[in-house]
Amino acid sequence: MSIPAPMAMLAELTHRCPLSCPYCSNPVELTRKEAELTTGDWLDAFRQAAELGVLQLHLSGGEPVSRRDLPELVAGARAAGLYTNLITSGIGLGEARLDALEAAGLDHVQLSLQGTDAAMADRIGGYRGGFDRKMQVAGWMKERGIPMTLNTVLHRQNLHQLPRAIEMAQEMGARRIEVAVVQFHGWALPNRAALMPTRAQSDEATRIVTEARARLKGKLVLDYVPADYHTEKPKRCMGGWGMVGLNITPEGTVLPCHAAETIPHLRFETIRETPLRDIWYDSAAFNAYRGDAWMQEPCRSCDLKKVDFGGCRCQAMALAGDPAATDPVCRKSPLHAEIQSCAEEVATSATADFSYRMM
Amino acid sequence: MSLSADTVPALPRGVRLHHDHVRDRWVLLAPERTISLDPVGHAILSEVDGTTPFGGIVDTLAAKYSAPAAQIATDAGEFLQGLADRRIVDLRP
Repeated sequence: MSIPAPMAMLAELTHRCPLSCPYCSNPVELTRKEAELTTGDWLDAFRQAAELGVLQLHLSGGEPVSRRDLPELVAGARAAGLYTNLITSGIGLGEARLDALEAAGLDHVQLSLQGTDAAMADRIGGYRGGFDRKMQVAGWMKERGIPMTLNTVLHRQNLHQLPRAIEMAQEMGARRIEVAVVQFHGWALPNRAALMPTRAQSDEATRIVTEARARLKGKLVLDYVPADYHTEKPKRCMGGWGMVGLNITPEGTVLPCHAAETIPHLRFETIRETPLRDIWYDSAAFNAYRGDAWMQEPCRSCDLKKVDFGGCRCQAMALAGDPAATDPVCRKSPLHAEIQSCAEEVATSATADFSYRMM
Repeated sequence: MSLSADTVPALPRGVRLHHDHVRDRWVLLAPERTISLDPVGHAILSEVDGTTPFGGIVDTLAAKYSAPAAQIATDAGEFLQGLADRRIVDLRP
């Protein structure tokens, strides 16, 4: 099979973050500051990515604003020709920092929203005062005309706030809102009992999004990630393993997706030792789930195998214990019925406490 | 449905026309979107400067490509309206 050049790269600049959201997509084993790539390492990675064909760079974390060299990284990414998107909670962004990021050529900001009021947002983020600061930052961005998307993560405890989140996106002057129902990777997996939405909540979210898309056409774009466990068809995860995008962790490990390290038999290479081009095209880990030679039944003979690629490899690992299995979310998986009934049981049980993310 | 001749299309901040050297094509870069442009799409967007009204863009394209203005107005109008629905182009009345 021919391997396409990558389109997008997620740079996890740091795992440091003032928030401690219980659904954080970072791995449960976090990287400390001393082990992070240097400014020069990142600038070199951005140049290599652009030469390889990457067009869109997402600067993420942890909280990427925790990196003091962020404006320099943005300037370097732009100089390499990359569209530069900052994914932030807003905490730590002051007016001077925003000015520096604008001057460096930052293209777009995705501002995360943990809840639509301080009580909810600060409890989910585990950071008192976070919501008020975020709203202040949103105001500064609006004044400057910085293009913005509001990123919401919804789950059992805040899903009822979706209509207000859509209003807030418009008030902030955002052109887009990402409505993502929590996906169970990273810290979300051990917090499943506290986060799992009910099927009724999941259906309600879909109804609200469908209605808002029609009503706000040309005003606000809604991108929607539905509740995974309540669907019948698995997600087209990452647009296919090693087909569209790649991730670099704070210490330089190059991954096909942010959860890939949960697959224990794969060995991932580091940008400190191997050129990005070689990792993308030639590494065993990136080639592990390309094409369909790795697939088992029912994926192998399925009409949809080129549509959804059998779903998410990390979810197959987490739920079926085999990364080459059909994603158990799929109605054709032998585990499907069990996953769905287990999800509903967890979602309707007494609410569990959060295990907050911590270093 | 075509656009009114007075409408001024513009690429909003955060949307950029970019030559993709690796794949040798033009793309429109927008938040979480990369739109591959065929030669027609590229020709239309190359005339979008945020000040020229749609009518002027159609006239320029018609002259440049020796094509009927009515046909260009329909095609370019649909193309720009489609991008506007996705907040990738602004249409200023």
